[in-house]
Amino acid sequence: MNISNVNNNDVSIIFNGKKITDIPEDLFIPPEALRVIIEQFEGPLDLLLYLIKKQNIDVVDIPILPITNQYVEYINMMQQMQFELASDYLVMASTLAEIKSRMLVPNEVEDDEEEDPRANLIKRLMEYQKYKDLSEQLDEIPRLNRDTFIVSKIFTNIEKKEYLPSIDLQELENAFQEVLKRAEIFASHEIQTETLSVRERMSLILDIINKNGTIKFIDCFTYEEGRMGVIVTFLAILELSKESLIDIVQNQDYSMIYLQSLKS
Amino acid sequence: MSYSKPLNLIIEGALLASEHPLSLQDIANLFDNDKPSKNEIQKAIDMLNSNYANHSFEIVNVASGFRMQVKKGYDDWISKLNKQSSTRYSKAFLETLVIIAYKQPVTRGDIEEIRGVSVNPQIIRNMIEFEWIKVVGHKETPGKPELLATTKKFLDYFNLKSLSDLPPPADLEIS
Repeated sequence: MNISNVNNNDVSIIFNGKKITDIPEDLFIPPEALRVIIEQFEGPLDLLLYLIKKQNIDVVDIPILPITNQYVEYINMMQQMQFELASDYLVMASTLAEIKSRMLVPNEVEDDEEEDPRANLIKRLMEYQKYKDLSEQLDEIPRLNRDTFIVSKIFTNIEKKEYLPSIDLQELENAFQEVLKRAEIFASHEIQTETLSVRERMSLILDIINKNGTIKFIDCFTYEEGRMGVIVTFLAILELSKESLIDIVQNQDYSMIYLQSLKS
Repeated sequence: MSYSKPLNLIIEGALLASEHPLSLQDIANLFDNDKPSKNEIQKAIDMLNSNYANHSFEIVNVASGFRMQVKKGYDDWISKLNKQSSTRYSKAFLETLVIIAYKQPVTRGDIEEIRGVSVNPQIIRNMIEFEWIKVVGHKETPGKPELLATTKKFLDYFNLKSLSDLPPPADLEIS
């Protein structure tokens, strides 16, 4: 039997020329190996359970003296190795020491109902054991993308309903401003026509749309009508849209705006 | 009750095309009128599953509803499709998760009490990011600690329909 330190961190055990990877059940763990093993523990309770199981004792009947000694021995070794100890390990050491001393001191008060000083620790160990077991069972449950996979890459040729982009009010206004600017060119014209009716303009636009299916937003405007005409037309378009008689559509940002009949 | 296609095939198509699990209600809502009853839907799904006896997939009922998935036992091959190594979780992660699942709603303090070590905040953060757990409230004790509970997504991930499908805890309580 030969325990050789390959380097400070790695410990390998060679027995009869063969490398031992699993530590035999009955083997005393040399402190050098502890460093490797300690990283596998999930905390003081886990370490305690390990120490107890190594001795094949029932948790319910922990021999507190040897276990405490072992635990403290390990803690001391860990500290000598300058292993950075979580304070939780030290708390457990003091708990064990306290239980040990309470068990050594004879019970002065004649009280048969006095609780076993170990009771609380045993309860915690068993509680921890329970969840440790459950976590191992949870790990076994078939899990997505490890054991089962969702059927998800089905190609469907079902036509997706097309949702046309909604138009920002600002964009509509910008388009209107552009139309207004063009109307400015004809600003000097004196329009003598009778007052334009918004309702009438609505019918007109609706009529064009019904015949042609669609009309360019800018084509709705007759620039000769001047500012007044532009405003009436714009109001008519807004009114038509508000009454859900037409759709205002723009396929891309900044592209041409179209008016079209409402798709049913 | 009659549709232009068989009910079970309509459900099959919907499950294949859906990106999310479909509940009985979701399936019923596919029909405008003459909605099939929950019983009829369940029967249709049972029929589909018996048809899938010689297939690699099946319909499974998880917390969020029904979904189509590959049966167990094909992971050796399928896992090669996704290059990322299959997810492994640390013992600390699993222990923390299991305590939340079984003792919910719990505080971090409750978890620390059981595990005997302080809770790694990164683990909790990850679980919340996965949407496996969420904060369901605050305990009315000093510091108002957060109460943590598992979500439907957690159940979906582990192929569970409800928390009661989790393995029953071994009864180690001492009297």
